Amino acid sequence: MSNVLTELCKNIVLAGIGSLTLMEDAPSVSTVMNTSFLIPVEQIESDKSFLTECAESLKDFNPMVHVTVEKGSLEEKPDDFLNNFDVVVVGRSLLKYRMHVNSLCRKRGPKIAFLSVDCRGPLGEIFIDLQTHTYVLKAKENVPHSLQNLVYCSLEEAIAARWDRLPKKTTKLFYAMRIMEDFEQSNSRLPGQVTLDDLASVLDTRKRLCESQGMPETLVPDKLLHRLLYAEAREHPPVCAILGGILGQELLKVLSGKGEPLKNFFFFDPMDGKGITEEIPRPDDTPIIMQSAEIEI
Amino acid sequence: MATPEELAVIEKAKVLMVGAGGIGCELLKTLALTGFKDIHLIDLDTIEVSNLNRQFLFRKQHVGQSKAKVARDAVLKFKPDIKIEAHHANVKNSDFDVEFFKQFNVVLNGLDNVDARRHVNRLCLAAGVPLVESGSTGYLGQVTVHVKDQTECYECQTKELPKTYPVCTITNTPSKPVHCIVWAKDLLFARLFGDRNQSSDLIVHTNDRTSSAATADTDFFNIKDGETPESYACRVFDGVFGDNIEVALRNEETWKSRKRPRPLYICEVYSDAKKPRIDGSCNSPDGNDKHTASAARILGLSNPQEVWTVRDSANVFLKALELLLNTRQKDIGSLVFDKDDQLAMEFVTAAANLRSSCFDIPMQSLFEAKGIAGNIVHAIATTNAIISGLIVLEAIKLLMGNLDDCRTTYCLEYPRRKMLLMPAELSAPKSSCYVCSQSTLLLEVNTTMTRLREVVEKIVRGQLSVNSPMISQGPCLIYETGDDLEEDMVTQYNQNLEKFLDSLPAPIVDGSILSIEDFQQEFTCHLQIKHREIFDEEKEPDNMVLSGKLSTTRDQALPGSVQLTAVADNVSIHAVDDDDEVILIDEVAKQDLKRKVLDEESVIVCGKRQRTEVS
Repeated sequence: MSNVLTELCKNIVLAGIGSLTLMEDAPSVSTVMNTSFLIPVEQIESDKSFLTECAESLKDFNPMVHVTVEKGSLEEKPDDFLNNFDVVVVGRSLLKYRMHVNSLCRKRGPKIAFLSVDCRGPLGEIFIDLQTHTYVLKAKENVPHSLQNLVYCSLEEAIAARWDRLPKKTTKLFYAMRIMEDFEQSNSRLPGQVTLDDLASVLDTRKRLCESQGMPETLVPDKLLHRLLYAEAREHPPVCAILGGILGQELLKVLSGKGEPLKNFFFFDPMDGKGITEEIPRPDDTPIIMQSAEIEI
Repeated sequence: MATPEELAVIEKAKVLMVGAGGIGCELLKTLALTGFKDIHLIDLDTIEVSNLNRQFLFRKQHVGQSKAKVARDAVLKFKPDIKIEAHHANVKNSDFDVEFFKQFNVVLNGLDNVDARRHVNRLCLAAGVPLVESGSTGYLGQVTVHVKDQTECYECQTKELPKTYPVCTITNTPSKPVHCIVWAKDLLFARLFGDRNQSSDLIVHTNDRTSSAATADTDFFNIKDGETPESYACRVFDGVFGDNIEVALRNEETWKSRKRPRPLYICEVYSDAKKPRIDGSCNSPDGNDKHTASAARILGLSNPQEVWTVRDSANVFLKALELLLNTRQKDIGSLVFDKDDQLAMEFVTAAANLRSSCFDIPMQSLFEAKGIAGNIVHAIATTNAIISGLIVLEAIKLLMGNLDDCRTTYCLEYPRRKMLLMPAELSAPKSSCYVCSQSTLLLEVNTTMTRLREVVEKIVRGQLSVNSPMISQGPCLIYETGDDLEEDMVTQYNQNLEKFLDSLPAPIVDGSILSIEDFQQEFTCHLQIKHREIFDEEKEPDNMVLSGKLSTTRDQALPGSVQLTAVADNVSIHAVDDDDEVILIDEVAKQDLKRKVLDEESVIVCGKRQRTEVS
């Protein structure tokens, strides 16, 4: 239960969602969790599992919310396990794992929203796949309430997008995260299990990926990869607060059906201070987000 | 995680947080997690039930306790080895003087009102301590940095003061729900349950005073001997919604270009049905608990988000009035409206709705009315979490001495140019700012008919937010406050307050220049007086107009420009040519932004901050 997921849980529990289930499934390196604001220091040595402690603390924020811990891994669960949920949020994990969960969400039918988030030091990425999503666009002056429809692409499709066809100004952090993913997977690392010693190797990965995507290596500055490696497994708390807030807002939009959700990536880098949304389309360039008929209510 | 250099600076930093509410709770938590070890926290409030849905350091059992202290205790639970000093006090308290502020490396504001922000701004300028300012309202938020002599101070851009309404709009010609709510709480509720001796604008006369409503009778609102709560309630109803409106309609001038209101009488509302049973008993078992006694619940109107009909509103009006009379006898005559007093809020909502229905104004649900009555934009927890993160990031830059990296960051509800978080460059101090670059303001006032007291209340304490003023003209002291003043001086000053400006020992006339000082805030400004006879009752209800060289008042700014204004006591962003509402930044985006926005390729350079050495 990373810092950023803790922030997210605090936000959605306070907002009063129906129920929240915590699962520790995707292995990754996480920082020593005695910095969690959910758990009083004297309880760290207790018998209960970390997740159970978190759950109890969260229940305290809003007793109306049903907070539970699900033991075991997703693999062990019956096929229809995810049917119980409206939204699945995945934290730091291997790309493989995220794609697997995303495809499980899609198999179930159009109702399960998939959100993922990762905070690497001060750098953060959020991804959203709502499959098909209908929402109400607030009425403004002279424009009445209307129903809007969005069609999202899957994580696999987004990742498969050709870099040389993406808009020139697409944020470099998108590419940098893909390089990190590739490096970790190819070197059998857990996500976050990196150090500055890996720089040379990561630069090789950059070269390979850029070449295969038809882009120059200058696409991703050395400095950016340097910062991602320097972060190792740590998360910068102020950035976790920001990502947890943005993600919380999106999750609530998804559940309420009100307001246009993010399409489909969000990045934050305190170096430029911009919180940027990027729309990464399908590999064949078809606009993945189609706004079909605006229906007046 | 911070770099080792940052961590070294963070661990040694001494930080002052002002405000332990929505932003404060998130901020204290984020500071602790980031590695800050020495934090002071000031907040004068105690915890209320309505705080619990977002101020996550507080629990139900803490209601009534000091926010600052409970926040400190909550954070120490997961970070016991840091130092947090909590002050349950008003930041304007003289204990928090320049010397107090000087001990800090940075000050972080999480306040909810312009007045306190201005006070802190002045103290930070006086102490030479950088200030990170923030605000949030609904989904919008922003964080910015103020450093003396390097950037704008908080007051370089004029902030609009909380909206006040001309009395005539409230009493005669309401056109918006807020006008009816203000009428219901400040006039009707106040007259029925508050101080009877205070003169009231509730009574309506014809302009030529030839006829008045029945309500003009000074005893009208007093319950008569032998009168049942039921007949009293009906009598008040007919008086304010029927008779008052009939009399108002006789003023033809008023309605020449306005829609005429319709009077409403009890017999019309209940023409075909029975009134709710008023039997003198309070059915709710907790009838004496002001937080839970409820007329609406008894009447089956349990959803606060539902907009009542005229009949519902009349039912609630009568029932709530009965319950208030029966359960609060001892408070009648001294009751002050409190939005968290359930019965009072229901009464005000019902009365406002009834009045709205007379004037063809849309009615409000209890929830919406409460928001308007409390001047609230309902807070959203996630915005405050985002703001707290942004504040800490700016604080770290300041501590590292990287002022060039500091930004103003706007948090938007929907992306604009692909950005949900939008940074902008900081601006240089304004040479015309009367706070950080002493300049002169102009006050237009009728010097023969205005007393000093009015200027002190409305201008000096009001618009200029001076806490302990000292006012002088040249070498002559006209007025000052303080604990150590001699008795004869105090007497003299009190006499001065009651004098007309031009009758003061040192007469204030056209062309006079006054000095206004506040020692605690280390603030000085000069006020040039211009005598004026006529003021517009609607546009200038104070009979005084303050203006300065920096003429960015709402009326004078260019349409299409963006300004920071204070709406509902929080900082928000709205376009100048819009009327009252806060509009989303998306709409503003279609007009030209006056603020400089950072762009990868083009940094718009205008009035860019001079890079001078920080001493």
